[in-house]
Amino acid sequence: MNTAPAKAGWRFRQPSVIPGFGLTLGFSLAYLTLIILIPLSGLVWRSAALGWTDFWAIAADRRTLNALKISFGAAFIAAAVNVVFGTIVAWVLVRYRFPGRRIADAMVDLPFALPTAVAGIALTTLYAPNGWIGHLLMPLGIKVAYTPLGIVIALVFIGLPFVVRTVQPIMEEIDKEVEEAAASLGANRFQIITRVLFPGLAPAIVTGFSLAFARGVGEYGSVIFIAGNLPFKSEIAPLLIVIRLEEYNYAAATAIAAIMLALSFLMLLVINLVQSWSRKRYG
Amino acid sequence: MADPEIKSYEPYHESQSAAVTESRPVRIVAMAVAFAFLAIFLLLPLIVVFNEAFAKGASAYSEALANPDTRSAIRLTLLVAAISVPLNAVFGISAAWAIAKFEFRGKAFLTTLIDLPFSVSPVISGLVYVLLFGAQGLLGEWLKAHGIQILFAVPGIVLATVFVTFPFVARELIPLMQEQGNGDEEAALSLGASGWQTFRYVTLPNVKWGLLYGVLLCNARAMGEFGAVSVVSGHIRGLTNTMPLHVEILYNEYNAVGAFAVASLLAGLALVTLVLKTLLEMRYGAEIAATRGH
Repeated sequence: MNTAPAKAGWRFRQPSVIPGFGLTLGFSLAYLTLIILIPLSGLVWRSAALGWTDFWAIAADRRTLNALKISFGAAFIAAAVNVVFGTIVAWVLVRYRFPGRRIADAMVDLPFALPTAVAGIALTTLYAPNGWIGHLLMPLGIKVAYTPLGIVIALVFIGLPFVVRTVQPIMEEIDKEVEEAAASLGANRFQIITRVLFPGLAPAIVTGFSLAFARGVGEYGSVIFIAGNLPFKSEIAPLLIVIRLEEYNYAAATAIAAIMLALSFLMLLVINLVQSWSRKRYG
Repeated sequence: MADPEIKSYEPYHESQSAAVTESRPVRIVAMAVAFAFLAIFLLLPLIVVFNEAFAKGASAYSEALANPDTRSAIRLTLLVAAISVPLNAVFGISAAWAIAKFEFRGKAFLTTLIDLPFSVSPVISGLVYVLLFGAQGLLGEWLKAHGIQILFAVPGIVLATVFVTFPFVARELIPLMQEQGNGDEEAALSLGASGWQTFRYVTLPNVKWGLLYGVLLCNARAMGEFGAVSVVSGHIRGLTNTMPLHVEILYNEYNAVGAFAVASLLAGLALVTLVLKTLLEMRYGAEIAATRGH
């Protein structure tokens, strides 16, 4: 069989005996273009057609800025909470043996499987002033439902599996001999965790954080029930898009969506850079 | 690849020196924190759903589900999933075949594009179709002139659902088929099988559990999608309301039993999905690519 690399230079694909390349790639590209690329580029085209001054007027609007601040801020805090607790949950699931571990492990995926609207009304009922958790927090003067804190709670729920499922497989791969070697060299448990284990986990933790953050920024269903949705205070950016659409203000909805997309991609880019840096540093 | 089960059943904390595991008090605190967190954030919301659904007894529950609007919401959700899941499954198989079986330029870029819908807010996923098909949209005039209704109708809901569930099957199958390599297919072809026979009798049996896994996750999201569908549906009761949208309407009408009764069906779907997913991982862990990460 002719598998020797041809010296022809540029080549779109390497030769293969397997059939169906044209058919499957063609179909996949056509489907991708119709469903994803054309609609998304429509969004870009519409926001470009707005013109700079109109675009800037919408972007600099105080309500838009506040909504973006709330979405990104709450998503950041929730992702940070999930990094702490998600890592502990992953550690307990990987390293400790206890009855019901399988069930606890399966439960972690609940936020992936539970429709966001269901999560939204359930969390709101729990944290409302007369809810199971809300009435315990009331005497302490903590209000969760219908406040920005409620947004964070909903986003913690949504983001948890992203952190656990990213960190868990890396923890499972840790070679115990490394820990034994560190121990034999005189390191105590705390030193082993912070100096030996953590650096290996850091890239996964950063990835988990970024996935939870990205998901939280765009989240809508679980948040709108618990947030109270007061403009300037607890109104998230996706909700503002919906409000502008209901006002038939397509321009504003498009501009906010374009800003959100641009910020998300910028963020993913930064996180990718941080990741490759931490991989180089610790990997 | 090593079976992860064998590794994870090794008891770490027994018969190990103190430096290789945490001290007992630390272990207890870590477990208590993890349990409390999981109980508060995962278990309680689930219990609340069923508790509220049955707050006024079983007859109120079944009455709420017998409501004609609820019935039509259930039918619409099943219809939308029945269209969008197979579409994305066919795409997933096709994309995985092209990406996993061949080496070509721009493969990494294509894989990134397939994951794109995951980094787009559901609301924006709906918005893009409004901009395309809405009254002020790019195709709005043309559609109106030809009497084609996409927005605020079933086609729009299906499109939005297809958009948000787009990557699910592909991203399960691509790593799995890459890992399995081309050896089996090359053997089948050399024995005279046609391309279709090779796919049908060699590749498909190899990836069937991974395919089922992807379909399961795709279906859960398709039936539960809220944001994207909410933007394109128009919320016409009895006509364009899916189950999650119906939950919202009932909840906003202070019909708690009704809202939570429909929510309990969706929560039941989520639980069934989790059980099936766990069973698949336990029995066919190696065959559904254990290296997957969401």
